[in-house]
Amino acid sequence: MKTTQILIAGFGGQGILFSGKFLAYKGLMEDLQVSWLPSYGPEMRGGTANCNVILSETPVGSPIITAPDVLIAMNLPSLQKYVNTVVPGGQIYVDSSLIDAKVERTDVQVFYIPATQMAKDENIASLANMIIIGHLLQNHPELSFEGTDAVVNKLVPPKKAALIELNMKALTLGKEYSA
Amino acid sequence: MAVVFEKPKSLANVPLHYCPGCPHGIIHRLVAEALDELGIEGKAIGVAPVGCAVMAYDYFNCDMIEAAHGRAPAVATGIKRCRPENIVFTYQGDGDLASIGMAETVHSAARNENITVIFVNNAIYGMTGGQMAPTSLPGQVTQTSPYGRDVNHCGWPIKVCEMLATLEGPEYITRVAVNNVKNVNKAKKAIKKAFQNQMDGKGFSLVEVVSACPTNWGMTPQQALEWVESDMLPYYPIGVYKDRSAAKEEG
Amino acid sequence: MAERVLMKGNEAIAEAAIRAGCRHYFGYPITPQTEIAAYMAKKMPKIGGVFLQAESEIASINMVYGAAAAGMRVMTSSSSPGISLKAEGLSYIAGSDIPAFVVNVQRGGPGLGGIQPSQSDYFQATKGGGHGDYKMIVLAPASVQEMASLTIKGFNLADKYRMTAMILADGTIGQMMEPISFEDAQIETYEKPWALTGTNCERKHNVVNSLYLQPDELEKKNFERYERYKAIEQTEAMWEEYMMEDAELCVVAFGIASRVAKNAVAAARAEGIKVGLIRPITLWPFPTQALNAAADKVKGFISVELSMGQMIEDVRLATQCKRPVALCNRCGGMIPSPDEVLDSIRKAQKGEF
Repeated sequence: MKTTQILIAGFGGQGILFSGKFLAYKGLMEDLQVSWLPSYGPEMRGGTANCNVILSETPVGSPIITAPDVLIAMNLPSLQKYVNTVVPGGQIYVDSSLIDAKVERTDVQVFYIPATQMAKDENIASLANMIIIGHLLQNHPELSFEGTDAVVNKLVPPKKAALIELNMKALTLGKEYSA
Repeated sequence: MAVVFEKPKSLANVPLHYCPGCPHGIIHRLVAEALDELGIEGKAIGVAPVGCAVMAYDYFNCDMIEAAHGRAPAVATGIKRCRPENIVFTYQGDGDLASIGMAETVHSAARNENITVIFVNNAIYGMTGGQMAPTSLPGQVTQTSPYGRDVNHCGWPIKVCEMLATLEGPEYITRVAVNNVKNVNKAKKAIKKAFQNQMDGKGFSLVEVVSACPTNWGMTPQQALEWVESDMLPYYPIGVYKDRSAAKEEG
Repeated sequence: MAERVLMKGNEAIAEAAIRAGCRHYFGYPITPQTEIAAYMAKKMPKIGGVFLQAESEIASINMVYGAAAAGMRVMTSSSSPGISLKAEGLSYIAGSDIPAFVVNVQRGGPGLGGIQPSQSDYFQATKGGGHGDYKMIVLAPASVQEMASLTIKGFNLADKYRMTAMILADGTIGQMMEPISFEDAQIETYEKPWALTGTNCERKHNVVNSLYLQPDELEKKNFERYERYKAIEQTEAMWEEYMMEDAELCVVAFGIASRVAKNAVAAARAEGIKVGLIRPITLWPFPTQALNAAADKVKGFISVELSMGQMIEDVRLATQCKRPVALCNRCGGMIPSPDEVLDSIRKAQKGEF
């Protein structure tokens, strides 16, 4: 029984909910059971935003994540808030261009990715989130990189078709990134 | 033998419960005559209020629904939006329409809901035994204004037609009275027009009927009609306050 | 197999309502259910339906009253403070014996409360809310799929019994996304000879009304209505049992609390504690039969709720107080963690209730 609980946290506007949706759809395509739960309300507007995604081979119980297997931290407050909730042996993805701090825990795998800077360099400033997701996919064979274009196609509305290619670019950057 | 007078088909053959001298009977009849003459009694759906006319659902022969206090325009909206081919009307008193149901009144007018509203203004809560209404006149003695309506304490009476006429939305806003034959005849024309407007898809039409309440005013029916003329109509003048189609034709 | 799509719980309700034949929606914005209104506003004009944003919750439920009386499948949705305002209309709809469908995506209270998930409108939904003797069928989805399937069920039951069916959800299930399919939607239709359609001068007029000034008539109406309620209690209760076969303890929870409780039950089983879960799917009628039967097998119950303990009273009534009932609760928008529920299970195992 394999279940992966992914917590994505950062500022509103960083595409936190979108990247969660991407993972949920990817899970759906891999025939996994999935749930996606956003934070909602005023905190969405400019404050902190987070999103709980659960991917499982069995029906999902509680959609609320209290001990994530994977944490994606897109800002410092999020890292500080959730770093100690990650299960031992879990993974933490840190946007190191926004977060100077290092994770002190030694019982987790940490990936430092300067995603925001990379996105800026490539003129895809709003897609730092997808760079991290691209890197995450590399580490998760149950999701794999294959078929990501279909998911992006599903998520990006036709009116914004130009974003499809940019999302794929971001995902590929993340996939190919090595520290 | 030639028939010179008969009951409108749209009025049920049952005794009305209204007090002696109450003009509700006249106003019911005017509505029923309008339905008959326009041939819409089979399409009509009426919404009864809470107030003296609460049992109007037994008096009109068309399909009827009883609304909560003040909510008749919302209920009528629900019906009309489902059945635009039907003719939907509300029949409401002053407490119902201008106090507890003011939001429903204003917003159905603002939406130009294609319904017909018959608003009976007798400046008092009749069914509950004569309390101050939103339209009770300054100085008017009622059970809850025993020293006369003090406008400094409880505010001024609301002139519904004048207020609604400021809205872009409504099609037709008019005030009539039923205190003498001439006025009754005019009231009939206004009510018929308000239904014709709906048939023509023109939108929200409200006819305010200045009425009387001899029982709760503590007057004889004759005195009450005189008080309508001497006190009510100067404050609530008869007239057409808005008639968009007519204005268009003129302009 | 029908395609599984990801949908938010609130959107699943809206889409299911449309599939159930609802073409009229009247509502007023309030968090956390606004997606329902937004979905309807987008879809209704394209399918010949009506979406109308009313001036108030009170107006919107009375529009529902009118449209339902006109014989249409119609709905409104809101969240806790808005449902308080709708209580008037709900009482009139009950007193007039017409079908309606209402959604409450609950948030914390009382008063303006908060906007985070809650189950503290249990009493309001199951014991009345408005004035007078009446009941509503109350459906408590625990997944996005159930948001859809219980919506369709709700429309069917409302028409069948000429009463309000209410979805009592919460902010979590409203906001979360899960895969969903509409494969099994069973739409039932019922004749509505009582509806306001215009007499066409061919029949006696129909009157939709809740006023009975003669006390004996009103009493008779109420007795008749409660006969109908009794039949519903006997035939329409729905619940899910999870690991109850050999259970010595029984957790009772609905909606989002049941999802948390399932995790806790699984964790307790891993520790060797024989615990199961009964999840009421209908809150009214309450699955009294299931709980009463369980009371003869288990040594106690744990009611897990996002309130100060409301359903717990029905658990006690259903089990006729044969066994102790513990309360494991959070409120105000807080949700118990599986560990908190697990702690309650461990305590109950030791006889601490």
